[in-house]
Amino acid sequence: MFLSEHKSKELLSQYKIDFPEGRIAKSAEEAESRSREIGASKYVVKAQIAAGGRGLAGGIKFAATPSLVREEAEKLLGKPLVTEQTGPAGEIVGAVYIEAAVPIEKDFFIALVLDLATAIPTFLASSKGGVEFEQVARMNPDVVSSIPLDNDAAAIADMLKSAGFPDEQSVADIVQSAARAFVEYDMNLLEINPLARTSDGEWVAVDAKVGLDTNALFRHPELEALISDDGLTKAERIAQENEINLVKLDGNIGVVVNGAGLGLATNDMLVDAGGKPANFMDIRTTATSFHIAKGVELLLDDPSVKNILLNVHGGGMTVCDTVAEGVAFAFSRSSRRVPIITRLAGQGSEWALKILKDRLLPVEVFDDLGAAVARSVELAGGRA
Amino acid sequence: MSILIDENTKVIVQGMTGRSGTFYTDLAMRYGSDYVGGVRPGKGGGRHLGLPIFDTVADAVAETGANASLIMVPAHHAADAMIEAITAKLDVVVCVTERVPQHDMTRVKAALQGSRTVLIGPNSQGILTPGACKIGVMPTKDARQGPVGIVSRSASLTSEVLAQTSAANLGQSTTIGVGGDAIHGIGFTDALRRFRDDPETKAVILIGEIGGREEEDAAAYLQSVDYGKPVIALVVGRHAPKERRMGHAGTLSIFGLETADAKAKALRDAGVVIAEHADDVVSCVKRAMADA
Repeated sequence: MFLSEHKSKELLSQYKIDFPEGRIAKSAEEAESRSREIGASKYVVKAQIAAGGRGLAGGIKFAATPSLVREEAEKLLGKPLVTEQTGPAGEIVGAVYIEAAVPIEKDFFIALVLDLATAIPTFLASSKGGVEFEQVARMNPDVVSSIPLDNDAAAIADMLKSAGFPDEQSVADIVQSAARAFVEYDMNLLEINPLARTSDGEWVAVDAKVGLDTNALFRHPELEALISDDGLTKAERIAQENEINLVKLDGNIGVVVNGAGLGLATNDMLVDAGGKPANFMDIRTTATSFHIAKGVELLLDDPSVKNILLNVHGGGMTVCDTVAEGVAFAFSRSSRRVPIITRLAGQGSEWALKILKDRLLPVEVFDDLGAAVARSVELAGGRA
Repeated sequence: MSILIDENTKVIVQGMTGRSGTFYTDLAMRYGSDYVGGVRPGKGGGRHLGLPIFDTVADAVAETGANASLIMVPAHHAADAMIEAITAKLDVVVCVTERVPQHDMTRVKAALQGSRTVLIGPNSQGILTPGACKIGVMPTKDARQGPVGIVSRSASLTSEVLAQTSAANLGQSTTIGVGGDAIHGIGFTDALRRFRDDPETKAVILIGEIGGREEEDAAAYLQSVDYGKPVIALVVGRHAPKERRMGHAGTLSIFGLETADAKAKALRDAGVVIAEHADDVVSCVKRAMADA
């Protein structure tokens, strides 16, 4: 999961990395009073969303006075911000971060990632940092240099030099601090862009983005408060608590599938057949029928769902009857009787079908996956 | 024939005495696989499911001659368990455990360097050579011996495609799940290389998805050799909204997710037959094998 800018900076502030002085604000009035507290000669107002590309999308504004900060915050707050990383609907701006503007002389980029082939923490650097960095790097990957972090300090210093960084101790110190933070907090991304050199020769991390490995959070109970707002919808969070990965989409076909791969395959087939899925669902292998019932209830609670496509291939860990029990349980607690277009195969499929039929659920049964998908699309109102 | 495991493979289970360990060891033994012992620190000397329990992998190997391990321990012990198995020089180590922290894999990958071990997973359903040996948690009901090799990032789609191939009288030589995590052991390319060397494997099905570089790396490998047998690929996630993370733990890339279309194109350019949907993989396999 990615942390928003101000939370990333909060986490990194315990390391030796300098940030501009900043405050978070959730209303325009608050933005004005926070900027008075900062008391700078110029301010930046930054929309807080968990996606990048804000600069180019108009999510970062400069303001000379606290009252102008208020005006800029007013324009951003509560409205969707569409960047190249958010998708067409954008993300609603719930808060803005007010910072003292930094007199930037030059923008640099540094990042830490795990190399997927070796799992070695790897340091990336570029002297072409700034708001357009991602576009520049995509067009010309050569602007980014990389080196595995198991190299010694001298090798990293050489890499920085050849990447076009000035030979200054403070840069090396920032890299060391960032590397420590990256390992100590089980990050899978730490990006500072821009890392700015000011006209006074100071180095300031103007923006920062941290990705945390959610599988390692058990080692970091102290982060609980920081990650409480994870950007999930209420339904998605309930699903998470019930061993289900749910992503809400804006269609009208509820989809119940076991496994991420089969879920993606089903989504592809539905969309190609002209259907509009209301969700993506991946039932984890650890889910019980009670968990699954909770997940199905979330679909039944969504009035736009016209029918449910139940596509289960019973495997070694999730058998069909576990899912059928869950579906039956959810329907018994709901007044909605939407058709269940059912396609069951693999482990426990006969038993699962018996469960669904014995409970008199509105099932239509198909052996063939393509036929089930076509029927589901037809019932939901045909091609979009 | 098969790759990596066969009827001579002797398997131990790390974490056999736990609930899942007990359940899946029992199933694999009923399938006819040669399981020879279990490892559970502190319980050495006891017995479970009729098999001896050892304190360490090294003890188990010395006593039983095991050459493979199934790891079913909790996530926070998984890296140590993998490293112990690698250090004991096992040939094949399967880690089923989900949610292993990524930074823990740094140590595991370092241990793999220069070792003889092939690691499968973590977060993998395992490896199955039908009729000979099962190391993992996959269903075996629909598996048949035959000419098709399967390598996949998804357990559920492997079951689906495997059942379809068997229904069409096309059995499997070996099926491997590389695991759903971004950082894992064996990948598509290594599996493809081994299937190429196996005379009984006549065609290979590759099941990929959005994220990561597995498919691109496999395409580059296939470009570099005369593979000699048909490869059929299904790459799912074409219509997954790109701003949302769907599917497996996937891959972090500062330059964005690799799309399913880009992956399919890279594979097609390398001579791979692309199946559009989960239900037309078998017809693609049949056509490709007839043409070969």
